[in-house]
Amino acid sequence: MAKVLMKGNEAVGKAAIEAGCRYFFGYPITPQSELPEYMARELPKVGGVFVQSESEISAINMVYGAASAGARVMTSSSSPGIALKQEGIGYITKANRPAVIVNMMRGGPGLGTIQPSQADYHMCVKGGSNGDYHNIVLAPSSIQEAVDMVIEAFDLADIYLTPVIILADGLIGQMMEPVEFTNKKQREIPKKDWALVGKGKGERHITKNLDLNPLDLERENIELFEKYKKIEENETQYEDYLMEDAEYAFVAYGTSARIVKSAVRKLREEGYKIGLIRPKTLWPFPKEAFKRNNIKKYIDIEMSMGQMVDDVKLACEDVHKVVFYGRSGGVILSSEEIVDFGKSIMGGAL
Amino acid sequence: MARGKITISEYYCKGCELCVSVCPKKILKLDESKINANGYNPAMIIDEYSCIACASCARMCPEAAITVERID
Amino acid sequence: MSVVFQKTKGLTDNKTHYCPGCSHGIVHRLVAEVLEEMNLLEDTIVVVPVGCAVLALNYFDVDAIQAAHGRAPATATGIKRVHPDKTVFTYQGDGDLAAIGTAEIVHAAARGEKITTIFINNGIYGMTGGQMAPTTLPYMKATTAPLGRDVNIQGYPIKVSEMISTLDGAKYVERVSVNTPANVIKAKKAIRKAFEVQQKGLGFSLIEVVSSCPTNWGLTPVKAMEFVSEKMIPYYPLGVYKDETAEEAK
Repeated sequence: MAKVLMKGNEAVGKAAIEAGCRYFFGYPITPQSELPEYMARELPKVGGVFVQSESEISAINMVYGAASAGARVMTSSSSPGIALKQEGIGYITKANRPAVIVNMMRGGPGLGTIQPSQADYHMCVKGGSNGDYHNIVLAPSSIQEAVDMVIEAFDLADIYLTPVIILADGLIGQMMEPVEFTNKKQREIPKKDWALVGKGKGERHITKNLDLNPLDLERENIELFEKYKKIEENETQYEDYLMEDAEYAFVAYGTSARIVKSAVRKLREEGYKIGLIRPKTLWPFPKEAFKRNNIKKYIDIEMSMGQMVDDVKLACEDVHKVVFYGRSGGVILSSEEIVDFGKSIMGGAL
Repeated sequence: MARGKITISEYYCKGCELCVSVCPKKILKLDESKINANGYNPAMIIDEYSCIACASCARMCPEAAITVERID
Repeated sequence: MSVVFQKTKGLTDNKTHYCPGCSHGIVHRLVAEVLEEMNLLEDTIVVVPVGCAVLALNYFDVDAIQAAHGRAPATATGIKRVHPDKTVFTYQGDGDLAAIGTAEIVHAAARGEKITTIFINNGIYGMTGGQMAPTTLPYMKATTAPLGRDVNIQGYPIKVSEMISTLDGAKYVERVSVNTPANVIKAKKAIRKAFEVQQKGLGFSLIEVVSSCPTNWGLTPVKAMEFVSEKMIPYYPLGVYKDETAEEAK
């Protein structure tokens, strides 16, 4: 298939449809509104259903229903809207149901700004709903990667019966890049014999969310974390960029990582031995990427006041090895300021 | 007038007395000589020959504990 | 001998957790009887609320899902849009539907979702222990309105059937009660009609059941039913608030 020039939000929508998503429930919010608009246009053409809900809360609870009914279903929003969806995300998680949730992040807290940001790392990676849980969080740094990750997200959701969050930002959502929709061989998906379809002549299907007996809930939570262990073992992804001989490593994801890559190239041209570690899955976090004795400093770069940096510190098990630089409030990092900050850390370490 | 027979499941009965309150023949009461496994005095019929199979008791029973039959 | 009345196959064999005399049990039974009589038990999905009826999935012998508090109409929307040929209904109390879930019920009705809602109005929060509900009557006491609901402070009750009936997507709205055997029979007819509206694909249907909560009202079950007759029904008049079934049939 030839490459087509597409806006990020629309490419994500097309990828979802390619992945077999036929249900989308959403609510408008900048900078992701092109995604529900695309789904409203395109889903009916493939026999799918688009519903504009009265709120993000309602949208995620429609997703809960559709997912429990056995469908491939998606919703999307941006930061304040994702905050509203947290309740439903917790319910879907607890019920072990598959769903894909796209967050095109913008600056916060509160109504914040409509400019791109990475300040929802804590909310999405650490779990913004109540209780003991994780969601798989995929962080694309290009539109092509967003497309590939969305397709993969539906498989991961169905295999592990969990919400999968695509954590991108307004920049990925708004910019245009050439992308291709290679019909990658999808993974084997277990049969959804739990789906709500009516009991027919057989046993009832129950999607449960309440356990009044603490021992029952504890047992279910233990099972949940056994599942998480499998996900950590099998699904952790990251990219090493120019890391072979590196003595310093930038750490960045998503849009920040794109900008950091050009900073790395500039610094390499000047002779600095620096590379980039780019987590592609934020949960599970690629802890093994930070067990390198030859790295003097991990330089964490984010479009936030510093959130992923906590996980980098935990992963490398040496807080003194980790420094942070970030811009917040919707300010987009420049490669120049990253180069300057890198030099300030590396000093004359040529 | 039709004659009826009612069967009250002690297993389900919670002794709420709604059946007693709506019986037009006033032939139901709680059996105070007995406490069922739910911890309640279950409802009982005191005059089975007067039952007219109207099923008012069964319709008001929140536990679906009452079966009503008509004696033909 | 012929059977005049027996327990419906639409209910499981489980004992309910409801307090003695709670009208949830009556309404559960009526819904289950209707589903059995309409031969829908194999193809129905119930969305249960947060509140006392959160455990209703143990009692209705159909597929079931526990929704988040107030969100049952949204969850039901998701299910129904995936399976338009199945019967989907929500069973919600007044805290769930008329307080935290007001947006969800109003918009499900406005969209004309082809689902049915059974709405239990007993004027109180049952599961959490008797707090004031949006439907608590003026001057009625609740643990969070210890002196009685003062409308100058706590506002007025919401009349859900009247409100929902203003929405074009709502095709059948009736308020019934289960305070007497005669009203139980009427309530069942209304519930049947609501499911028929869904079967015909006409749109949204809602049956409000004026109910009792003996425990949190501090009354015996029999006295609680008298309270329904004397206090609740005068404030919440029974009747059909919306019936567009005939119009649609033309």
